[in-house]
Amino acid sequence: MTQSTLSDRFLAIWKATWVTNLRGVMSESELEFSAESEQAIAELIARLPERRACLMPVLELAQEQFGHLSTEILQLVARRLELPAGQVMSTATFYSMYNSRPVGRYHIQVCRNVSCYLRGGDDLLATLARELKIGVGETSEDGVFTLSTVECLASCGTAPALQVNEAYYEEMSREKVLALLAELRGRNE
Amino acid sequence: MGATRHLLRWQVSKGLGTLEGHLATGGFNALKRALAMAPDALTKEVEKAHLRGRGGAGFPAGVKWGFVPDSDGPRYLVVNADEGEPGTFKDRYLLSEDPFQLIEGSLVAAWAAKLTRGIVYLRGEFKAIAREFEGALEQARRGGYLGHNILGSGLDFDMEVCLGAGAYICGEETALLESVEGRPGRPRLKPPFPAVAGAFARPTVVNNVETLSAMPLILGMGGDAFHALGVEGDGGVKVFGLSGHVKRPGLYEFGMGKNLRQFIYEEGGGILGDLELKAVIPGGSSTAVLLPDEIDIPMSFDGLLAAGSMLGTACPIVIAEGTSMVEVASRIANFYAHESCGQCTPCREGCGWLARTLQQIISGAGNQEDIELMLSLCDGIVHRTICPFGEAVALPIAAIVKKFRHEFEEAIAGGGHDNL
Repeated sequence: MTQSTLSDRFLAIWKATWVTNLRGVMSESELEFSAESEQAIAELIARLPERRACLMPVLELAQEQFGHLSTEILQLVARRLELPAGQVMSTATFYSMYNSRPVGRYHIQVCRNVSCYLRGGDDLLATLARELKIGVGETSEDGVFTLSTVECLASCGTAPALQVNEAYYEEMSREKVLALLAELRGRNE
Repeated sequence: MGATRHLLRWQVSKGLGTLEGHLATGGFNALKRALAMAPDALTKEVEKAHLRGRGGAGFPAGVKWGFVPDSDGPRYLVVNADEGEPGTFKDRYLLSEDPFQLIEGSLVAAWAAKLTRGIVYLRGEFKAIAREFEGALEQARRGGYLGHNILGSGLDFDMEVCLGAGAYICGEETALLESVEGRPGRPRLKPPFPAVAGAFARPTVVNNVETLSAMPLILGMGGDAFHALGVEGDGGVKVFGLSGHVKRPGLYEFGMGKNLRQFIYEEGGGILGDLELKAVIPGGSSTAVLLPDEIDIPMSFDGLLAAGSMLGTACPIVIAEGTSMVEVASRIANFYAHESCGQCTPCREGCGWLARTLQQIISGAGNQEDIELMLSLCDGIVHRTICPFGEAVALPIAAIVKKFRHEFEEAIAGGGHDNL
């Protein structure tokens, strides 16, 4: 028997064992990927060299669809990709952009690193906390805003900077932050 | 030495975001020149440029390509666009403003090291840039610059985007490869080196965005001419990013060896509010701080090393008088405590301990022994970790504590932050 067929056989047994384990451990949830997500997942599986390489893009898709990544959602990802649940948990808890809890419609992330600190980043954070009446890591009662601090966004030359969801806002000031909040509140009405 | 705009040509030319715009500037001529050469000869030409890797480590470009053993099957080029070193903001503009320069440079690397597939790994926060870059890849594909038998040369090469999800450590090449494979970004013990067993255990070259973006320039003018733009053994032009308390922060391009003081006072316009200069962190937060009388030095890999620091990503953070260095140290320590991957105990525990000690000093609960404690913690981390993250936290923190010891003593004696 050649090396490669041996390793194929090993992989097959390993996979079967894990999938069985998963079925045993995990409750069947009601959650499902949307048709769009399913299509994107199928494309990823076809394109990427190995199944586990699909994990991070699928976590991103799941977060886009469900807004956050609860244990139940991670189990859905594990089942869909036929990956060990532990592997999915391990990756999902390592990276800071995966939210284990729901965040507001606008996730405001203020850089607290050196270059932004030197150009008034703390003042942006204080202004936001005061205006939104929430602390760092908290979500407003209406579920519209979450306020977080983040590490360097690579906006040091245009500091201070913050992100709202995926969008960058650079060369910020107290006035610009207040204007931004007014705009976001208007958009939400 | 005056400013140039080769890598930063987008600051003066419009339309580089489209294939037509790139072609109008003589785009892909360098690739044609490369494809006319044998891969070994191409690698030799690039080695002549003495371009030291722009990710911060300064490993000579081209040499890495020569390490990849011949083999069949997939061979990867991984473009490191996980820009996250505090103070650094250059690669994102090379990606968003001049994507085809990077694609062309990647094709040069692919031909030289016989690579078949490119993976551009961007930090997750760059999602908008990633989507735009995918558009550029699609244009290149339609134009016949990616895919099969590119320009009739026999080169088969395509590229795709891979997004991180928030982890500074993934800028370390083996952590990045772990992340490409869907795992937590924990650096691998080497060997095997990525050249032998990298992405998916296949031969892999990992190059920084700026390193690859410089390839069209090197091929255009020749390795020797590129070398001559810099200093001996450290060739070419380089993108420098200036941030902090300067009047004109931003990106600038010079030949290697530009004087750091001139850079801050001439291009940077001097210190904000015409205050006195207090300190310069020369190349990202992982590099040791310099005092105002230590900055009459050439910005090159060896120039900064001789000054007791490192060129790093060549993005100085300028700090004016009136800034608490205890607070700066605390920001840096908090960052590393947040970003340590946790697999090596000295780093995981040391970073957290440093961060907590600094927070205590700031809150007024510090005591004088904390100063020696921090220095001993730094000693306990250096050279005791799998990857250079350990040095990246220990060297800058130790340098701040040693060079501004009096500030720490005063902060502790005075009862914390309000008295700094």
